[in-house]
Amino acid sequence: MSVIFPQYSSRMLLAPLVPLLRSLFGGALNTVLTLLAVLMLALILPPLLHWAVTDAVFSGTQEECRQAAGACWAFVQAKARFILFAFYPSEALWRPILVIALLLGMMVASALPRFWGMRLILGWPLMLALAWWLMAGGWGLAKVSLNSWGGLPVTLLVWSTCMIFAFPAAVLLALARQSRMAGLRLLAVAYIEVMRAIPMVAILYFAMLILPMALPQGVILDKLIRATILIALFWTAYLAEVVRGGLQTIGPGQAEAAQSLGLGYWRLIQLVVLPQALRRVIPGLVNLGIGFLLATSLLAVIGAFDLLNTARASTTDQQWLGFYNEAYIFAAVIYFLLCFAGSRYSLWLEARLQRG
Amino acid sequence: MSSSGIFTRSLRALTAAAVIGAAAIPGIASAGDTLDAIKERGVIKVGVGTTPGFFSPDSDGKWQGFFIDYGRALSIAVFGEDGKVEFTNSSPQQRLPALQAGEFDILLSGVTVTINRAFNLGFHFGPTVFYDGQGILVRKDIGVTTAAELDGATIGVQSGTTGELNIADFFRKTGHNFTPVTIEDTSEFIAALESGRVDAITQDSSDLVGKLQQLKEPDNYILLPERLSKEPLAPAIRAGDDQWLEIVNWTVYATIQAEEWGITSANVDEFLKSEDPAIQRFLGVDPSLAEAIGFQPDWAYKIIRTVGNYGEIYERNLSPLGWKRGYNDIWTNGGLLYSPPFR
Repeated sequence: MSVIFPQYSSRMLLAPLVPLLRSLFGGALNTVLTLLAVLMLALILPPLLHWAVTDAVFSGTQEECRQAAGACWAFVQAKARFILFAFYPSEALWRPILVIALLLGMMVASALPRFWGMRLILGWPLMLALAWWLMAGGWGLAKVSLNSWGGLPVTLLVWSTCMIFAFPAAVLLALARQSRMAGLRLLAVAYIEVMRAIPMVAILYFAMLILPMALPQGVILDKLIRATILIALFWTAYLAEVVRGGLQTIGPGQAEAAQSLGLGYWRLIQLVVLPQALRRVIPGLVNLGIGFLLATSLLAVIGAFDLLNTARASTTDQQWLGFYNEAYIFAAVIYFLLCFAGSRYSLWLEARLQRG
Repeated sequence: MSSSGIFTRSLRALTAAAVIGAAAIPGIASAGDTLDAIKERGVIKVGVGTTPGFFSPDSDGKWQGFFIDYGRALSIAVFGEDGKVEFTNSSPQQRLPALQAGEFDILLSGVTVTINRAFNLGFHFGPTVFYDGQGILVRKDIGVTTAAELDGATIGVQSGTTGELNIADFFRKTGHNFTPVTIEDTSEFIAALESGRVDAITQDSSDLVGKLQQLKEPDNYILLPERLSKEPLAPAIRAGDDQWLEIVNWTVYATIQAEEWGITSANVDEFLKSEDPAIQRFLGVDPSLAEAIGFQPDWAYKIIRTVGNYGEIYERNLSPLGWKRGYNDIWTNGGLLYSPPFR
C-alpha cells in the first residue's frame, strides 16, 4: 500500500497527531510555551536521571553512598522499615501491616457506590476499633505502647478515625446551621467560624499544651489521642461547610412536598435531603479528604511520628546520616500514590454521577 | 540545642505560659512520688529528641545515642536490669510542659540548664552530661584556626536566634568586622557553605558537628575551638522529687567515676578483684555503701558492664560523628566532668 500511495499513507499516520500538534504549536504563544517547556525539561531531566538512576547506589553501605555522586536508594532500602512502621516491635510487625491493609481495603470499599449503605456506616466504626486494637494490643495481643507507633499506619489511622468521627458530626452541624431554632443556629455558626479561623497547627499546640491541664487529675491521655480528638473536632467544621453547600442545593419545594406526605423532620432529612445533598458534594468531600491526609503531616510539630516525621527522623541515624532527599522522596511517593488515587477516583465518580 | 525563629519564639512564650499554668494548678504533679510511680508502672518514661549521636532511631526501630544510654543506665539503677525504659520523642516546645504534666519521669532530651527554668518553671536538673555551646564552622581556605582571627568574614546565621545576637556580641568584643547572612532554615547552611555564599556558619556546635558530616568534603572545613555561648545539657525532672533526683545524679556520677578509675565494660570484672576499698564499695564487692543508700549492691557494676563508663558512651555515640572530648572530658584530663566521692 505505502509503495503505491505514499502520500495518502503518511497522512493517515499523522492524522491522530494533528490535534496534539495543534494544541502544542497552534499560535505563537503556544509555540513559545512549548519550546520553553522542552528547554526546561532538557535542563532538568538529564541531571535528574543521572542523580536518580545512573549515578545512584541501589544497594550497599553508607560509605558506598558517600563515594557516589547520585542518589542513595540503599538508604531507603535500609530505612523503609523505620519510615513505614517507626518503633513498632519487629516481632509484631504483622499488626501494623494488617492495619494498613484493612484501612486501605475499607477506603476502596467506601469509594465504590455499590457498597454505599448501612454496611459501611456500621463497618467503619467496627473496622476502626479493630485497627486501634491491633495497634495497641490487649485482650490476647501483646500490648504495644503508643509511643512506639509511627509511620504509615499512624497517618492512615489518625486520618480515617478523624474523618469517620468528623463526618456524622459535620452533617449534624450543617443541619444545625440551617435550623429554624435561632440558638442552635447561632451555636453552629459560632463553632464553624471559630474553628475555621484557627490554623491547624494552633489546634495541635492546644492539644499538646493546654488540653492536659483541662483533664482531671491523674488522667494522662497520650498526645496522639489528644491530637486525634482535636483534629476530628477541627475537621468537623470544614466538612460541615461542604455538607451545607449540598443542603443548600435542595429546594424548599422538596421539604414542603415531604411534609405534605406526613414525613417528620428526621425522616425528611434521612430519606429526601441527605441522599441528594451528599451525592452532590462527594467531589468536594474527596477533595477535602485528600487535603486532610496531607495535613496529618502537621502531627510532626508535636513530635508524633507520622509518615513524614519518621522519614525525617530516619535521616538522623549516625549510620545513615543526612540522606534527606532520598527519605523525603520515599515519603512523597507514598503520599503521591494515595492522593493521586484519590483524585483519579474523584474524577471517575464525578463522571459516573453525572451519567447516573 | 536551641533553634528559634520568630514563630518558635512566640511558641516558646506559649510553652512557658503552659508550664507556669500547669505548675500553678495544685496536685497536677504531686511532689515526691515519681519513684513510686515508676516502680509501680515497671518502666521509666523518658522524653527524648532526634539529633544524630544524641538520640536517633536505628534501622530496626530502636532508639540509640548518648542520652539513650543514660536512659538505659537509669533503668539498671532503678530496676537492676536494662530495657525497662520507654523513650518518647518530644518536640522542643512540647517537652517541658509534658514533663510538668507528668507525661515523662525525666527529660533526657538535651535541655539547657538555665536559672529561669530552675526557678520560674519549677524544674530540677541532674549533673550536666554534655557541655555544648555555639560554635563557628569555617572553610579552611580562609586560613584561620581561632575565631579571634576572623576578620571580614561572611558568616551564615539563623535569623531570629540567640546565635545571631551572640555572634554580633563576639565581634563587638574582638573589634573585627563580619558580614552576617541570615538564613531562615538551617538545612540551607550546607548549600551556602559549599557554594561559597558564606565563609562560615554559626550554630550550636552539636548541630555543626552533624553538618560537618553532611558536607561533601568535610576535610575542607574546621570547627573553631571557641564557644560563644554556654549550653550545658542535663537531665531534667520535676521539682520536689528529691529521691528521684539523687538517683539520676548518682547514675550519671557512676559513669564519670568509673572513667576516672579506668573501669570499663571490658575490664569491670577484673576490678571486682581490686584491693582499693573505694572501688570495692563502688562495685558492690563491699555492699555496705549500697545497703546504706538502699540500692542494689551491684547497681554500678551492672551499669558499667552494660552501657560502659562516660568515655565509652561518648566514644560509641559521639566520636564517630567527629566529636572531640574537649570540655566533655573528666577533670583529670582537663575537662569539666567531675564526680563527687562515692562513700
